[in-house]
Amino acid sequence: MVKTLRIDDQDVSAGTDDTILQVAQDNAIFIPTLCNLEGLKPVGACRLCLVEVEGYRGLAPACVTRVEEGMQIYTQSERLQTYRRMILEMLFVEGNHVCAVCVSNGTCELQALAQRLGMDHSHLEYRNPAKSVDVSHYRFGVDHNRCILCARCVRVCDEIEGAHTWDLLGRGIQSQVITDLNRPWGESKTCTSCGKCVQVCPTGALFKKSKAVAEMEKEHEFLPYLNTIREVRSNG
Amino acid sequence: MYRHFTEIEPPSDDKRWRIVNATMRRHGYHPHALIETLHAVQQSFGYLDDEALHYVSNSLRVPLSQTYGVATFYHFFQLKPGGRHSCVVCLGTACYIKGSDQVLERVAEAYDVQPGQTTSDGEFSLLTARCIGSCGLAPAVVVDGDVIPKMTPENVIEQIRRITGNGS
Amino acid sequence: MDHEEFLQIGEQERRRQAEYRHHIHVCMAAGCLSSQSDKIKTALETEVEAHGESGHCLVKGVGCMGLCGNGPLVAVPSEDVLYQGVTTEDAPDIVKNLGKGPIRHKHCPTDIPFFKSQHKIVLENCGRIDPERIEDYMAVGGYQAFMRVLTELMPIGVINEVTRSGLRGRGGAGYPTGLKLSTVARSEGTTKYVVCNGDEGDPGAFMDRSVMEGDPHRVIEGMAIAAYAVGAHHGYIYVRAEYPLAIERLNKAIRQAQKAGILGQNIFGTNFDFSLEIRLGAGAFVCGEETALLASIEGRRGSPRPRPPYPAAKGLWGCPTLINNVETFANVPAILRNGGDWFAKIGTKKSKGTKVFALSGKVKNIGLIEVPMGITLEEIIYDMGGGIPDGRRFKAVQTGGPSGGCIPADHLGTSVDYESLSELGSIMGSGGMIVMDDGSSMVEVARYFMEFCMSESCGKCVPCRVGTALMYDLLTKIAQGHANQSDLQQLETLCDMVRSTSLCGLGQSAPNPVMSTLRFFREEYLEKLADTELVKE
Repeated sequence: MVKTLRIDDQDVSAGTDDTILQVAQDNAIFIPTLCNLEGLKPVGACRLCLVEVEGYRGLAPACVTRVEEGMQIYTQSERLQTYRRMILEMLFVEGNHVCAVCVSNGTCELQALAQRLGMDHSHLEYRNPAKSVDVSHYRFGVDHNRCILCARCVRVCDEIEGAHTWDLLGRGIQSQVITDLNRPWGESKTCTSCGKCVQVCPTGALFKKSKAVAEMEKEHEFLPYLNTIREVRSNG
Repeated sequence: MYRHFTEIEPPSDDKRWRIVNATMRRHGYHPHALIETLHAVQQSFGYLDDEALHYVSNSLRVPLSQTYGVATFYHFFQLKPGGRHSCVVCLGTACYIKGSDQVLERVAEAYDVQPGQTTSDGEFSLLTARCIGSCGLAPAVVVDGDVIPKMTPENVIEQIRRITGNGS
Repeated sequence: MDHEEFLQIGEQERRRQAEYRHHIHVCMAAGCLSSQSDKIKTALETEVEAHGESGHCLVKGVGCMGLCGNGPLVAVPSEDVLYQGVTTEDAPDIVKNLGKGPIRHKHCPTDIPFFKSQHKIVLENCGRIDPERIEDYMAVGGYQAFMRVLTELMPIGVINEVTRSGLRGRGGAGYPTGLKLSTVARSEGTTKYVVCNGDEGDPGAFMDRSVMEGDPHRVIEGMAIAAYAVGAHHGYIYVRAEYPLAIERLNKAIRQAQKAGILGQNIFGTNFDFSLEIRLGAGAFVCGEETALLASIEGRRGSPRPRPPYPAAKGLWGCPTLINNVETFANVPAILRNGGDWFAKIGTKKSKGTKVFALSGKVKNIGLIEVPMGITLEEIIYDMGGGIPDGRRFKAVQTGGPSGGCIPADHLGTSVDYESLSELGSIMGSGGMIVMDDGSSMVEVARYFMEFCMSESCGKCVPCRVGTALMYDLLTKIAQGHANQSDLQQLETLCDMVRSTSLCGLGQSAPNPVMSTLRFFREEYLEKLADTELVKE
């Protein structure tokens, strides 16, 4: 069964179970995403992929909204652009993101999206929270200052590796990713040191220890079934 | 729905583990019973320590980080032992409108303890609640499980001492 | 148990109670209990015995009688007498004066609007029956609606009756209950669940608590009827752990119903099976959101997930799930007993029936009231509530908790129904109604609720997690007098953005208290701005 619909005045066709995001991507229509990662269960948490659908009361997250026949979708309205920039601003002020000294400078999805969506500074006040860094693992480190709580690491560790070493602690603005019973990563008995979490992290929050500033590039051949490699550099 | 696998030995021969085990058994050691089991642990031991979290995780086969995530998501669960006495100041809207913030301030000052903390001698814990549903008695505090109605900054300390004994 | 046996239990209980010449009811709901009403009950029993009246006077513990602010309450229903502020020392006088008119100094008039303007459906048994005895519930016709449904109606008949009643969800959003029932009934799947949301999280709300404590069997009956309608055989009542008495009474009620064969297999000799379990909340407001609540029942963090799919299609463990609030379920037995048309005659065109409110704050009469939809806020606050104490002036009434708003004096003529309240930027909500006088700062009230939303946000979606914290920071800045015009502008921008982009109802409605206070009390914000002179020019 095929469905037909319109995205930004472009007629497109889609499979019955496709999400708006999948159809948009198939047709080279850009919808920004951060928490979403093809191959992991979508959670609809970052809200960057919100789109307008005619007849809907509110905005719809493209990553989890299934297409319907005759849908009319708008992905680039002024309002959506404003909201998306604000979401990025929120992520920047929530943590402590200093691109100039970050291992992922130049390969960071958050940075790339900010460039692409025209977020060049924050109107919101920086919260400057005190956050920690854990480098107890022999190969990897986690810098909570750079974590945007997309929970990709939690999902890949649970859904693909099956270890479920990662999860989230607390709630709200106090949330944080943790390993096991909130013990240092290096002491974890469940971690297989597979490195999948590091590969799917959109920022420099999870990194390889040997990497210096701007050296933390993702490996193209690693986990081919996970679409980890964004063309972050090409669309700057 | 009972699942066949080897039961894990409790961390100690403390009899209170039997209550915890009974809860898990009633739910067929299903991972879904995590919150119910954590309630049983807290009710039996007063709080959840790492040892208990380990044991519950392993018994229900829930990943450690998930157990910790659940235990910290729900504010009803305490990860540290509480004081010998506790005072919960309700900060629900009805209590707030009637000045429970000043009541809280007074208790914090008198016992030299921040909300959510226990005094260094382990005698007294000061806690806050979202709403204890006793809005007719606002502002209300709960001392060692007893609700005391219509508190003021002036009479709250006296009321607390009445229940806890003069103590700290 | 067959019909005869069942009806006989109620009949026997009625006869037993009729043998007593005097009845004394002692409120054993949480509010009065915390003022030692249990000791008052014991004192009364001792006194009755001392007078050799044990065979003539029945002392009964009952659920909430409503006027919680004046507790502990004791009633002598046989003489239509209510006593307030009772202590154990009053027991001899109360017993001595039975049949001789009330003792003056503790007498609470019952002909005041607080009682007279009420229309009790959900609370009809609260304060009248002993919530710990199933026989007492049966004696007032309890479980008869369920029996009639099972033996005389098809599931579709139940759905039609509820649809005809016009009942809408009492948790706040007001979704038509009949429509929800029929959606779950039509959803494909052999296993379905019924879930009762007893996670009454709004601060200042204690309606559901009173129903669960005062008439637990009613909730069970409502759920059982709904389960039959949708084809579910298992149900969960999710109760917050902060309500130990409600949990205890519900547990007791479930055991009694099981023993009586009203829960279990082949209920009333039919082939319908239904069992019920309690699940405890653990201090997370967000679990009032239905998908978060379901996650919590499954033992996980209470994070909401995007809808659709709605629980009616994919709920608990992926199965179609009917989820309703306590008050909604508590309306169902009455609707089936008296008919949907009867219910539809009460209330307004679009909001049928009654609503239970917890009236508190700066108002004379504090407690629980059940009023027909369409009553005005003024009638509730001034007539029933008795107005503002201490000679202060009314400023605002807060409805809907952290998802609602503050309504000012100009709008007190507003009819209490789903649409009118949301037009004012508030919501019906679950039923908390907190009155504020001129001593309350609206900026502080907005800040109070934002602090609430910030620390209750689950943290899953960015706008709610970060937005509530940023709005809280801004409100603090304003309250401290450090903010300027641009901060206020930013606050309004954030309100719009968080409302439009958050994943669940908590985030979407978190800006409501700010927006409604900005709408009606803007000058209070402006007064606090550091560059307020500039504004005035």
